[in-house]
Amino acid sequence: MTRWLQRQVYRPDIAVAVFFAMVAVFFYGSIFWTFFMSLTRSTLMPDYQPIGFDQYIKLFTNHRWLVSCLNMVIFGVLYIVGTLAFGMLLAVFADRRIAAESLFRTIFLYPLAVSLIVTGLSWRWVLEPVNGLQALVRQTGWESFTFDWLTNPDRAIYTLVMASIWHSAGLVMVIVLAGLRGIDNDLWKAIRMEGIPLWRAYLQVIFPGMRPIIASCVVLLMSEVIRGYDLIIAMTKGGPGISTEMPAKFAVDYYFARVNLGLASAASIMMLVLSLVLLAPYFYTEFRRRT
Amino acid sequence: MSYVVSSRNATFGSRAARIGMYAFLVASAIFFLLPLLLVVINSLKPMEEIRQGNLLALPINPNFDAWVAAWQSACSGLDCGGVRPGLWNSIKITVPAVVISTLTGALNGYALAQWKSKHANLIMLLVTVGLFIPYQAMLYPTVKILSTVGMFRSYVGIVFVHVVYGLPYTTLLFRNFYIGVPDEISRAARMEGATFLRTFWSIILPISTNVLVVVGILQFTGIWNDYLLGLIFAGNDSMPMTVQLTNIVNNSRGAAFPNVNMAAALITAIPTLLVYFLSGRYFVRGIAAGAVKG
Repeated sequence: MTRWLQRQVYRPDIAVAVFFAMVAVFFYGSIFWTFFMSLTRSTLMPDYQPIGFDQYIKLFTNHRWLVSCLNMVIFGVLYIVGTLAFGMLLAVFADRRIAAESLFRTIFLYPLAVSLIVTGLSWRWVLEPVNGLQALVRQTGWESFTFDWLTNPDRAIYTLVMASIWHSAGLVMVIVLAGLRGIDNDLWKAIRMEGIPLWRAYLQVIFPGMRPIIASCVVLLMSEVIRGYDLIIAMTKGGPGISTEMPAKFAVDYYFARVNLGLASAASIMMLVLSLVLLAPYFYTEFRRRT
Repeated sequence: MSYVVSSRNATFGSRAARIGMYAFLVASAIFFLLPLLLVVINSLKPMEEIRQGNLLALPINPNFDAWVAAWQSACSGLDCGGVRPGLWNSIKITVPAVVISTLTGALNGYALAQWKSKHANLIMLLVTVGLFIPYQAMLYPTVKILSTVGMFRSYVGIVFVHVVYGLPYTTLLFRNFYIGVPDEISRAARMEGATFLRTFWSIILPISTNVLVVVGILQFTGIWNDYLLGLIFAGNDSMPMTVQLTNIVNNSRGAAFPNVNMAAALITAIPTLLVYFLSGRYFVRGIAAGAVKG
């Protein structure tokens, strides 16, 4: 026993064990606990009497939850497509030997250092119809100009898309730019020899060759979408009405403000399942690649 | 064939394309700068000028009155002490949380890189999946665990949560770095009789300064900008700045002072922006390292 202990001092196993224990308890243990609670009638206090999948039935007949999910899909698709397109375009241009490249890069990337709370508040102030852009354009004499997306239930979600693209386009730019810089000169030579137009070279040769990098961008953006909470709080608080509610906010609201632990847990588990389903293909290929 | 690439660093062939590209870049720069610029401009205006409702107009009498008010007298609920206490709380939370999570991440990452097991890949996969678990699926059990030991809604509690929730992330970043460090270094140290901790502390840490800075910056930005964990796990007397800022902005009592709110938002954003501008290269490297895992 003492020999064993003495040997451990020279080995990494104890540090590894403590780390795994933390991850096992706080991450995976918490998930099982949350899952178990989603099978109970818990409201304010946990109630450990399982009742089956009733909470999930309640969840998927809950109008607010269904709207939240729909909003997340709309927001997610527009945000991911928009951020990728914008970020990749910026990366391509930044790779074309432009003047003042580092200045442009600094400007494109700084929103990433700004919290989503401050991002949301800033965009809210800019887009507020009474004092923001709309008032500004009206002052120039165009009295009928209307840009009330922030307060319009049919449009508010697009303001969230705009603000989050603002926040993450630089991230995609940096990652894709790193990939572009790693592309072999021979490939460019071959493209030139073939006489392929530049835009086709990017769309058909360069970007397809960077699939793993683009996939990791998509993975990052997807997890942002599912976790999206701060920006909504700062910008719309889920409104007007429930037009910008999303699952992450639904779960937190039901945990703490509406004290319905069972339903909140069911919502959280659905968020987790969605993350895993969306990430599974990525992890599968990554895992295969490594082993 | 004017638009054909001549070499990888060639410019666009046609002049028109080149002008179009710069137009796009400048327009993008304006898009990125505009919101924050408007906030800065309007935070320098007195209320009379704000009421005229022209966001883009430069302040006629620029002054820092709104900043002073935001700093020491803006109200959140009944409490009218500005963002000053929040700033102090955020510093008190962020500094230890960054130091502890970075160092434990380095230790764990080194241990994992040294640890040889045939299940290593599977376990690394579980840790990596841990990065993508939505906090919502972990929040409530963490609340229960922390209340059991009396750390819920306390200063120690929020620091602890930041460290634990950040653990898989920092550990993986360091592991990916240490995997590339030659094994001979550790082996030589063990030959000399150095223990695992001793090797880590005196040999491995000193050669990791770059990655320590990168991870430290990532953790600093993440923890300073956090809202959700602070909202749930911080006590009333350890509330971070982001939470206090939203309380000030959403304070419905009395008149609204957009200029003061904007100044408060800027004060909240300054620390991470400073880190970004002062450490640009490291910040960018961190993003690349964090994104392209493995």
